[in-house]
Amino acid sequence: MRYSGLRIIKEALTGNKGWKPAWRDPEPQPAYDFVIIGGGGHGLATAYYLASTFGKKRIAVLEKGWIGGGNVGRNTTIIRSNYLLEGNGPFYEYALKLWEGLEQELNYNAMVSQRGILNLIHTDAQRTAFTRRGNAMILNGADAEMLGVEQIRARYPFLNFNDARFPIKGGLAQHRGGTVRHDAVAWGYARGADNLGVDIIQNCEVTGFRIENGVCKGVETSRGFIGAGKVASCVAGSSSRLMAKAGMRLPIESTVLQAFVTEGLKPVLPGVITFGAGHFYCSQSDKGGLVFGGDPDGYNTYAQRGNLPVVEGVMESGMALIPALGRARVLRMWGGLMDMSMDGSPIIDRTEIEGLYFNGGWCYGGFKATPASGMCYAHLLARDIPHEYATAYRFDRFRRGYMIDEKGVGAQPNLH
Amino acid sequence: MIINHPLLGPRDAQEFTYLGDASLIDRPDWEAADAQEQFYEYAYLRDNPAGEHRELWFHEIGDRSWLVVTRNTLTHEITSVEMARDVARSKGRSK
Repeated sequence: MRYSGLRIIKEALTGNKGWKPAWRDPEPQPAYDFVIIGGGGHGLATAYYLASTFGKKRIAVLEKGWIGGGNVGRNTTIIRSNYLLEGNGPFYEYALKLWEGLEQELNYNAMVSQRGILNLIHTDAQRTAFTRRGNAMILNGADAEMLGVEQIRARYPFLNFNDARFPIKGGLAQHRGGTVRHDAVAWGYARGADNLGVDIIQNCEVTGFRIENGVCKGVETSRGFIGAGKVASCVAGSSSRLMAKAGMRLPIESTVLQAFVTEGLKPVLPGVITFGAGHFYCSQSDKGGLVFGGDPDGYNTYAQRGNLPVVEGVMESGMALIPALGRARVLRMWGGLMDMSMDGSPIIDRTEIEGLYFNGGWCYGGFKATPASGMCYAHLLARDIPHEYATAYRFDRFRRGYMIDEKGVGAQPNLH
Repeated sequence: MIINHPLLGPRDAQEFTYLGDASLIDRPDWEAADAQEQFYEYAYLRDNPAGEHRELWFHEIGDRSWLVVTRNTLTHEITSVEMARDVARSKGRSK
């Protein structure tokens, strides 16, 4: 069923009786050419591009719960491509370009809103660093503009410009950044993939891999064995747990990132802003809630909930930047599990086990990468060579010493 | 989280900074024939288990001692806290 304005009018006049479920609920078949583990944004995008761009058939997505119930439904919905390093910049810019055409491609309203992202500057050293970053962005084909205080004040008059410790000195803006309705990304890709014949199998947990003579033949699941030509792990947050079943140890630790949303307010925050003196980022959802977050909790966990010191730290950072925030009431807070890789950058690669592929290590920046992650992973699965924008995201970069260390502080699993 | 420090008693986890898996105590021998491989695994690879995890915490805003905390990564329950010094010595290290 194609969605359109005309369709909405027709359904409105006929009691909305014509809407159908957006995807099927099929029984798993005994075998597929491609089995993708994980029905989150990245897994569903991978299935969609495998079927659409690469024309592959016999594809299944296995999800242990319901699709979109993991990190794609738990993030702060920000999209941007303001990266510095060569391995990252072109990849994230490619993602942003795919976001720009996503709704037309999927015929689905994902509420892609390029309202702009602004990284605030509070010191001279930061201005130098952000000027360099902006130049790198422009070299990578992204857009970037350094803004002065008055330009920022015109759009965000309520910020704490003259704070004694952290006065705002300017900002690096990416006007094409913004937000996307996160659930709609999962639903849109699921519907698109399902239309192309992909089986989306929910409530189907992978319990093990069947590996014979170094070749992965399929997966054991809570709904029986499913054979596969290629098995693709796509479960960031739980990658170590899943890959341990295949005997692999990863350069990853799992941690939790908390996020918060306030009650619905009238439009007050036109774009996405990030604090440069503490870690705090905030946008306003289309429902009106201020959505914000800060640092991950910083210790290994699989609990999907965090501790109070980080909550306090995020609130303090928020108050330092937007004093008016204190008048809003926080409605909800939640946590999502993050694959924190050892250099803060992701992995999209084959494994040493033939037929077993890996996508993970997204740290806490996976949402914005969703379309490019899906496209690059699909490229790898279909052709067995990395996509041109994902050539740096290999497992062996740690062994060879070619880390993509965006933060520049060495092997630490607590980076972006 | 409250960490029951062996010397100081229950302390707020906020006073500590976290390093990671306690296997970081077992630094490989730099003279070993396969030292390069061992250091690669030591520096980058982790078990990252769901469940019981032995990990290093540093009492930064306290007595600046290193602790080995055994904590469940699914529930955050802490079942044992040892001085990292004692753990290292029990493995034959001098300090």
